[in-house]
Amino acid sequence: MAERDPVWPVLSKPSNPHDSAPLHVSGLARYADDLPEPAAMLHLAFGQSSHAHARITAVDLSAVRAAPGVVAVYTAADIPGANDVSPVAGDDRLLADGEVLFVGQPIFLVAATSQRAARRAARLGKIDYAPLPAHLTVEQARAAASLIEPTQHMARGDADAALQTAPLRLTGGFDMGGQDHFYLEGQVAVATPGEDGQMHLLCSTQHPSEVQHLVAHMLHCSSADVMVEVRRMGGAFGGKETQAALFAAAAALVAHKTGRPAKFRCDRDDDMVMTGKRHDFRVDYEAGFDAAGHVLALKLRLASRCGATVDLSPAINDRAMFHADNCYHLPDIEIASERLKTHMVSATAFRGFGGPQGMLAIERIMDDVAAHLGVDPLAVRIANLYGPGRDVTPYGMTITDNIAPQLIDRLRTDSRYDARREAIAAFNAANPVLKKGIALTPVRFGISFTTTHLNQAGALVHVYADGSIQINHGGTEMGQGLYIKVAQVVADVFALPVGQVRITATRTDKVPNTSATAASSGADLNGMAAYNAAMTIRDRLTAFAARSFGCEEVAVLFTPDGVQIGSECLDFGTLCRKAHMGRISLSSTGYYATPDIAYDRATHKGRPFYYFAYGAAVAEVAIDTLTGEHKVLAVDILHDVGKSLNPIIDIGQIEGGFLQGQGWLTTEELVWDDKGRLLTHSPATYKIPTASDRPRHLSIRLWDGENVQPTINRSKAVGEPPFMLANSVFSALNQAIAATAPDKRSLPPLDAPATPERILHAIASHRAA
Amino acid sequence: MSGLRFLLDGAIVEMADVDPTATLLDHLRYRMGRTGTKEGCAEGDCGACTVLAGTLNGDAINWRAVNACILFLPMLHGKALMTVESLGSDKALNPLQACMAANGSSQCGFCTPGFVMSLQGRCIGASGHDLPVADILAGNLCRCTGYGPILEAAEAIPSLPQDDSATISALKALASDETLSGSHGDRRWFIPRTTAALADLLSAHPDARLVAGATDVGLWVTKGLRTLETLIFIGDVAELQQMDESPDGLTIGAGVRYADAHAAFARLHPDMGELVRRIGGLQVRNAGTVGGNIANGSPIGDGPPALIALDATLTLRSAMGRRTMPLEDYFLGYGQQDRRPFEFVESLFVPRPAPTDIILIGKLSRRFDSDISAVCGAISLRMDGDRIADARIAFGGMAATPHRAAACEATLIGKLISEAAIDSAIAALAEDYSPLSDVRGSSAYRMEAAASLFRRLWHRESGVAISLLALEPEHG
Repeated sequence: MAERDPVWPVLSKPSNPHDSAPLHVSGLARYADDLPEPAAMLHLAFGQSSHAHARITAVDLSAVRAAPGVVAVYTAADIPGANDVSPVAGDDRLLADGEVLFVGQPIFLVAATSQRAARRAARLGKIDYAPLPAHLTVEQARAAASLIEPTQHMARGDADAALQTAPLRLTGGFDMGGQDHFYLEGQVAVATPGEDGQMHLLCSTQHPSEVQHLVAHMLHCSSADVMVEVRRMGGAFGGKETQAALFAAAAALVAHKTGRPAKFRCDRDDDMVMTGKRHDFRVDYEAGFDAAGHVLALKLRLASRCGATVDLSPAINDRAMFHADNCYHLPDIEIASERLKTHMVSATAFRGFGGPQGMLAIERIMDDVAAHLGVDPLAVRIANLYGPGRDVTPYGMTITDNIAPQLIDRLRTDSRYDARREAIAAFNAANPVLKKGIALTPVRFGISFTTTHLNQAGALVHVYADGSIQINHGGTEMGQGLYIKVAQVVADVFALPVGQVRITATRTDKVPNTSATAASSGADLNGMAAYNAAMTIRDRLTAFAARSFGCEEVAVLFTPDGVQIGSECLDFGTLCRKAHMGRISLSSTGYYATPDIAYDRATHKGRPFYYFAYGAAVAEVAIDTLTGEHKVLAVDILHDVGKSLNPIIDIGQIEGGFLQGQGWLTTEELVWDDKGRLLTHSPATYKIPTASDRPRHLSIRLWDGENVQPTINRSKAVGEPPFMLANSVFSALNQAIAATAPDKRSLPPLDAPATPERILHAIASHRAA
Repeated sequence: MSGLRFLLDGAIVEMADVDPTATLLDHLRYRMGRTGTKEGCAEGDCGACTVLAGTLNGDAINWRAVNACILFLPMLHGKALMTVESLGSDKALNPLQACMAANGSSQCGFCTPGFVMSLQGRCIGASGHDLPVADILAGNLCRCTGYGPILEAAEAIPSLPQDDSATISALKALASDETLSGSHGDRRWFIPRTTAALADLLSAHPDARLVAGATDVGLWVTKGLRTLETLIFIGDVAELQQMDESPDGLTIGAGVRYADAHAAFARLHPDMGELVRRIGGLQVRNAGTVGGNIANGSPIGDGPPALIALDATLTLRSAMGRRTMPLEDYFLGYGQQDRRPFEFVESLFVPRPAPTDIILIGKLSRRFDSDISAVCGAISLRMDGDRIADARIAFGGMAATPHRAAACEATLIGKLISEAAIDSAIAALAEDYSPLSDVRGSSAYRMEAAASLFRRLWHRESGVAISLLALEPEHG
């Protein structure tokens, strides 16, 4: 249970726009690169590996040192403490030491008087390499048994036996690509040396505490000597959970060595080459099912390219397994999850954290079963939904909040799915070149860090004697609206307008030992921690007021018109002033740890999630069968955020998450060459959706319901789940492609992303099948 | 000569000893402390650095949304500049900003100033403002919002009053017909005003780099980190800005920006207008010129294949006079063009197609807007009754240069338009092209995509619906 017995009011929260919106639109919101630069500021760039896997045999940096503007050049030997910027495994080097593991890996660090001078000089290093075997593809890594950890298995029942007895069987497989985060603000960190060995870092990171701890180890000082501050990020999406540490550590090293402030503002192309991305996956499956479409047995093999180091890949691949059931009860199931070590930049966290890959796999299996039976895939999906008596997941967690059946039913009606499916069949019969497809796919996303100890948060609330309030917590603001949500929670505790709450930058000296703002957990954890802090102060004020005015504590009420104390009514500021004079502490920390969760990773059994967030989407698409081009024509979304903490913010997350998912599955293609070089390292070659890729018809509705768990305001997390609503686009594309040979009882072999080239290939293969 | 001057918020900004390839973005952010304009990519693809640049045009001012990240400072000389800081502070937002702030149009906020400036341009009638909003915003990337709240704000605030009278007076005071020049260390730069002056400068500095919109050269500097020694900025040569539409065709000065040529191209043929719409984002079309797209000789430039198919001719100019050639003859090989060091591209003439010509122009890329073609092709058939009298077919992305498909053309001449004729033309494509596999597509896909344009033509002529972008959902 929560520390505080949750008897708080569940309110209809207002749609307060983002607290920084006026600053955003006026250009006055300050990001890390926007503060005035001291004259002594140094600018940094990395010299990068040109090999995917090699031993470094010689390093000649004389030309780098002699280049105009260069002040210092550092290699691994110059690092005073640990040469490590990794989150868990200790295997990510700040600067390569003897061996390089991927193209773009930092080998040396240049500090110069301008960013351009540093970047130019960084290209002048002469590195001699002795190439080593590079495992780049799934096949190469498999053949070499190159893994970051042993293959993990999650199983229930006897999948092999159930496959044997199932009336029908199919096998299939497909590939899905990775994804670059393409946060608009690239990686950036500014280090300013303080007195007596202290270091201040202004950094664009989702995980200030981790940056603090890594920099302290790297500089061989204590965590108390390092302070990391983040006011806001210009987008992150998981890409600044672990990946920011590299740049922060580089800036800190230079500041430490030179005594001068140092800024690492990474160029976009370098950023795309040097930082991790979403894992690409190879999926293979064997499914047993019956004529009604019930999946009776499933053997699923998920293989991801994790890159050269561990990073967060174990947890990401675990989440792929956790979501490989999505909304479906799969009685006999065996999931094997291969985590391949490849000589590429380490894949990392990205919105959904493996969930999208696992979920897309099972959605494709649903499509495949439907294609084999020649029925509407929605019928197969509905036939397999969790329900009473079939409500335990493959990892042994009982689902107690299942609303998928009702939600799907509502969306099916509201979107006129059945009538449109018929209209589309008629369209396809009449049109030889253009074909349409429609699909409804659901989402059930588990909320909590699956690494249980991360599910904790702290907050710090100050009430000043004038009645103004400062709020600080461990969560970071990357555009998702966390700050305004938490501010609203605190304002509501005192029944004050949210404008009376001053939101302050996340700093490791205010709230220590924080978890990353990730796993959609920001508002759940920090909102509750801030609530607890504010309630502590309110309880003190209540006791003081009752004592001072000689009434019962229950007669003290915080209302929008002031604090009602018996028959008196005081302005909040007046009460605060009196309380201060009465020597009452008006500052408090607050803490929250998610209750009731426990998970045994050794057996992959337990309750990893506190609750689930649900949603569903209907997508209508069209393809040009001559060119393979496609267009997403219409999307209807019904999504569950519990009792919303802020509807406009939540709807913004849903729309943004959906379109990002659409990009992952359509236009965003990462291409590496056979030397392990990323060819799509700029927006010229890597294409995220533009305004015209947004479906012209896009409706988003919030499911009317409360979280069954006592979360803050009975709300639900919203950051990641909507991303997977875009699976509907991929399924609809399959439907459109299938319409080129409508009588075939097979699923077109479409890989993601569905580029024109892949769609053309799938059409040709489907026709030939 | 005096230094560079431009107008910002009513005041003249003078710059001495200017690095001729210093970008406006860096100058704003790191010299002037105007950090509202952001760097998202430094290559003109994301629009986070969008500003409005105003050019005097008689008694009016032409505002254009441009990317500050690849705009070299000398290109701003004599112009007015508006950045996000020019519009309103957080305590006094203009109506567009206020609407966006209230409507959830920003999440992380980093791309937001760029969107504000693109939409502000639309509100004050800047170049390209008559396009649909999604087209105006094709050069602004947002990774957070999904765009909906931005598009809604744009619909709510379509226009805003703008009093340019003081700016116009101030720009008139800055105007000059003289060549401006300057140096930065050993490096020299020039801003000529006439083609004669340009021709003389090129004779004196045959190794000079000509810069029009810098949408290509800009990346040599921001990404290639190159140092360019001598530069001649041709954006202010008035004669190169001329455009003349006649019944015979369209004459376009080499310095005409794609945005300004868009409507005239669309009047030549609707496919040509659609092609231009998909060249870069509006900021790129507001800077990039038709002449630059040809002069740089790129094998994947979108203009040349269509212009070759439309039988365009190119005029080169030097101090010795003019040379005119069919556009297709200009492209000699990869990175090689038939332009002598002292010559510059002066103009292009595109004959107006006959009403009976059958023309299809197609661009295939991963993304519809602001993407580089995997294949860009054009088919132009001159008809004699039902028969094909002449065929001009050209592709980009299929070879080291954009060039004609001679074998393919030969199969079509004298034929009726039929599926068999189309099939034989497609079969002949393999004689004309053997494309490379690269990041934008495999060789096989490129061949298939090129063939698809012929099939598309056949279906269109047979009355079959082929326009994906015109489709409506079955939603009702």
